[in-house]
Amino acid sequence: MINTVWLFLIVTGIVVAAVRGTMGDVSAGIMTGVSSSVELFLGLMGIMALWTGVMRVAEKSGLVEALSRGIRPVLGLLFPDIPKNHPAMGAVVMNMAANMLGLGNAATPIGINAIKELQKLNPRPARATNAMCTFLVLNTSSVQIIPATVIGLRAAAGSINPTEIIGTAFLATTISTLAGIVAVKTLQRLY
Amino acid sequence: MTAMRVLIETLSAFAVPLLIALVLIHGYKKGVKVYEVFVEGAAEGIKTSVRILPYLTAILMAIGIFRSSGAMDILMIILKTPAGLLGIPAEIMPLVLIRPLSGSGALGVVSEIFATYGPDSFVGRAAGTMMGSTETIFYTIAVYFGAVGIRDTRHVLPSAFVADLAGVVASVVVCRLIFG
Repeated sequence: MINTVWLFLIVTGIVVAAVRGTMGDVSAGIMTGVSSSVELFLGLMGIMALWTGVMRVAEKSGLVEALSRGIRPVLGLLFPDIPKNHPAMGAVVMNMAANMLGLGNAATPIGINAIKELQKLNPRPARATNAMCTFLVLNTSSVQIIPATVIGLRAAAGSINPTEIIGTAFLATTISTLAGIVAVKTLQRLY
Repeated sequence: MTAMRVLIETLSAFAVPLLIALVLIHGYKKGVKVYEVFVEGAAEGIKTSVRILPYLTAILMAIGIFRSSGAMDILMIILKTPAGLLGIPAEIMPLVLIRPLSGSGALGVVSEIFATYGPDSFVGRAAGTMMGSTETIFYTIAVYFGAVGIRDTRHVLPSAFVADLAGVVASVVVCRLIFG
């Protein structure tokens, strides 16, 4: 999919430039784009290092696990099909906690572990269960509390107050997650 | 709305320093060698950002072509009406379109938006909020369902799109209410 989109941007741009006679601008645009990626990367690197450092401490101190225990009762309501002490529940909870803390690199392996556990409860192995669908929608709707990467990008772009979007992003992500939950629970009867 | 704005701005200002302090103090109390462990984690973050760089280069090059040729202006004219119906500024539409497809691509687009309109403009704030409140749909579904060989994904895609669209509209509305 991304291959098509990427190629579409390049080819359409060059075709439009040929028609409109803006090919000189396009040459300049390529150089600007490429060098700005390096500038961005330099700004991003510091912030990424900061957050992965802090989060590693949170992992080692057991904070991530403590948070897991906190959200377990809420997640029980969302996943009525998972038996209470099944390992799938633990993995789902850990994945959610890692997502909330923005530990993307940790969340994916834990999430894959969770879906493997969910698959053990699946009577029809090629077909997604309700629990799997709910789990996937939670993962695609972002439940991150601190969007560290965007903050880094804002800082790199010279924002006066890079963190001011934490509040708005939190509100927006809550709304999108709620909408996703309503959709997944409503639609599960139709499919 | 001003009280709400002050509250959100204060929360945003406190969030980062407070979170860092709390995590480190908690770690120290639990006997974690906070300095060493932080450095260890930070090294991981640097590796991650190095891994992101080639994606950024690829996407910013493509967008550079698309924008400088004038194709972006044409696309924005086409999308202006449908976006306007949902209250979405046309300048954010490239991000709305690429966000579900590619996380690294969206990073490139959002940094382009910051560079062009400024991170503290309305468009910049809304784009940042959107980036922080939505996710890459296709990749996530491919990775997770691929891992266990699920072929019938049932209602996942439509539900994920509902969540994404709600996130997009909510980002614009919330930013309009908070930042004006």
